[in-house]
Amino acid sequence: MENTKKIREGSVRTASRLIRNIEDRHPEARAAIKKIFPHTGGAHIIGITGSAGAGKSTLVDGLISAFRKKNQTVGVLAIDPTSPFSGGALLGDRIRMQKHAEDQGVFVRSLATRGAMGGLSKAAGDAIHILDAMGKDIILVETVGTGQQEVDIMHNSHTVIVVLVPGMGDEIQAIKAGIMEIADIFVVNKADHAGTAQLIRELKNMLDMAHIPDDGWRPPVLTVGSAFETASFVENLNILSEKIADHHQYLIHFNELKNRLRRKTRVEIRDALRSCILDPVLADLDARGELDRLTELLINKESDPYTAAEEIASRYLRKIPIKQTKKGGIVR
Amino acid sequence: MSERKIRIMVAKPGLDGHDRGARVLARCFRDAGFEVIYTGCHQTPEQIAASAIQEDVDLVGLSCLSGAHRYLFPRVVELLKQQEAEDICVIGGGIIPEADFPMLYDAGIKAIFTPGASLDSIVAWVRENVRPDF
Ligand code: B12
Ligand SMILES: Nc1nc2c(ncn2[C@@H]2O[C@H](COP(=O)(O)OP(=O)(O)O)[C@@H](O)[C@H]2O)c(=O)[nH]1
Ligand SMILES: [Mg+2]
Repeated sequence: MENTKKIREGSVRTASRLIRNIEDRHPEARAAIKKIFPHTGGAHIIGITGSAGAGKSTLVDGLISAFRKKNQTVGVLAIDPTSPFSGGALLGDRIRMQKHAEDQGVFVRSLATRGAMGGLSKAAGDAIHILDAMGKDIILVETVGTGQQEVDIMHNSHTVIVVLVPGMGDEIQAIKAGIMEIADIFVVNKADHAGTAQLIRELKNMLDMAHIPDDGWRPPVLTVGSAFETASFVENLNILSEKIADHHQYLIHFNELKNRLRRKTRVEIRDALRSCILDPVLADLDARGELDRLTELLINKESDPYTAAEEIASRYLRKIPIKQTKKGGIVR
Repeated sequence: MSERKIRIMVAKPGLDGHDRGARVLARCFRDAGFEVIYTGCHQTPEQIAASAIQEDVDLVGLSCLSGAHRYLFPRVVELLKQQEAEDICVIGGGIIPEADFPMLYDAGIKAIFTPGASLDSIVAWVRENVRPDF
């Protein structure tokens, strides 16, 4: 109870430690989230995604300034990849945001993916709840440098910003394949580089072909010039922050916020089930050495993945009738 | 699974622009399996202390080759203490004359590494001395 109160009063130490406990899967972390959950839902959650080096962290830095000017408090989760070789991680997003380090209205926390594949970290969803419960008005979530498939951010935010840079050639192909669908706002960053006009043209063509209804949200295409030309960068970021606010208003007016919340909640339930059902089953199998035994069986072709899984499921999930397929057969 | 991942912040206080050592160290810590937050150069002690708390690190590694360590290192320890974060361990490295070691240790710096210190010895020190409780 004590900790919930501290977090709601904005204690950075308590909040950051709880995020850590979630990441490290501390046994007490779940209980804390249960207590915090009722106090969430107030923040506008904004995802920022795009390829590595596109300028996401620099934009986040600029956005923090823009929101602070409007007296809004900001929480940032910056995600960088975990090395598959060492399990360590070099978290460098923060470098670009250090001018806000001492601002009490800003809380920046770096997260490593720890093996998660969707562009976020498993702890991201709960970490968002924690920042939300702290009372942050705005939560910015920077994903790892994404390719095409890492679209977890859409399940975790209200407004998704896709950052593109000109001159990357097949970039537009990549967006078409996945990232495109999740964008609420496009930012053509580093617009001081060659190829900007063409990229904007291609994006607009693509949006024209997307058949967006008249009262629907057509993702605006904004350009942001060099981060080093300070005055125009600040101006561009103010415009971006206004568009973000517009999108929030749109979501509220057209009841879309509820739809997104529903979508996010479904994913949360699924993830929570996984950690309450699948993880303990795997841990139990592992502890009994059964995982090794099964692995051998499969390698020797004495069983197959589905038969093995069905057998295990029927053992652990006694309350639910498991549809067992016959060996080599198909359930109709 | 049930153990802490060690989190370290590598920071460069003051106006010193010698960042090679800090970068080498950050990469070496990553390769040792730690999570490393690098702040970049030109950080004030205030920025470093605030960031360390926001990131919930176990260890702050300060790198200074400019000669300003006598003021900057103790100041970071002091600020952490003021913010009830004295459990965060602070170590330092760079161009630091041996004559300054005693005053730095007295100020709460837990270890000092100077040019030539092997990366293995630094990682070994961390493993030995940084054991966040779970
Ligand atoms: C390369 C270098 C530069 C490069 C820096 C490039 C860069 N981006 O880093 C350049 C050419 C830019 C440069 C500039 C200057 N330099 Co210079 N530079 C050096 C030099 C030759 C090597 C430093 C280096 O990169 N070493 C390699 C790295 C890996 O080693 P390291 O940083 O020492 O780190 C090791 C240990 O110290 C320790 N360590 C270091 N930090 C930390 C932190 C933690 C937490 C831990 C655990 C360990 C640890 O672990 C590392 C591994 O062993 C040194 C001399 C020397 N031999 O050290 C002079 C030196 C540091 N420079 C010096 C000076 C004076 C300057 C200038 C002021 C020169 C001038 N008048 O313009 C400028 C200032 C630049 C600035 N903005 O601050 C002096 C400093 C004198 C002093 N402190 O009293 C030195 C000592 C040369 C000298 N003998 O006079 N320099
Ligand atoms: N020319 C130019 N470079 C930029 C701009 N924004 C960021 N950069 C640089 O691009 C690199 C990557 O930026 P960063 O924000 O870390 O990208 P991220 O990996 O997407 O988070 C850095 O070297 C930045 O200085 C811009 O508007 N113009
Ligand atoms: Mg980044």
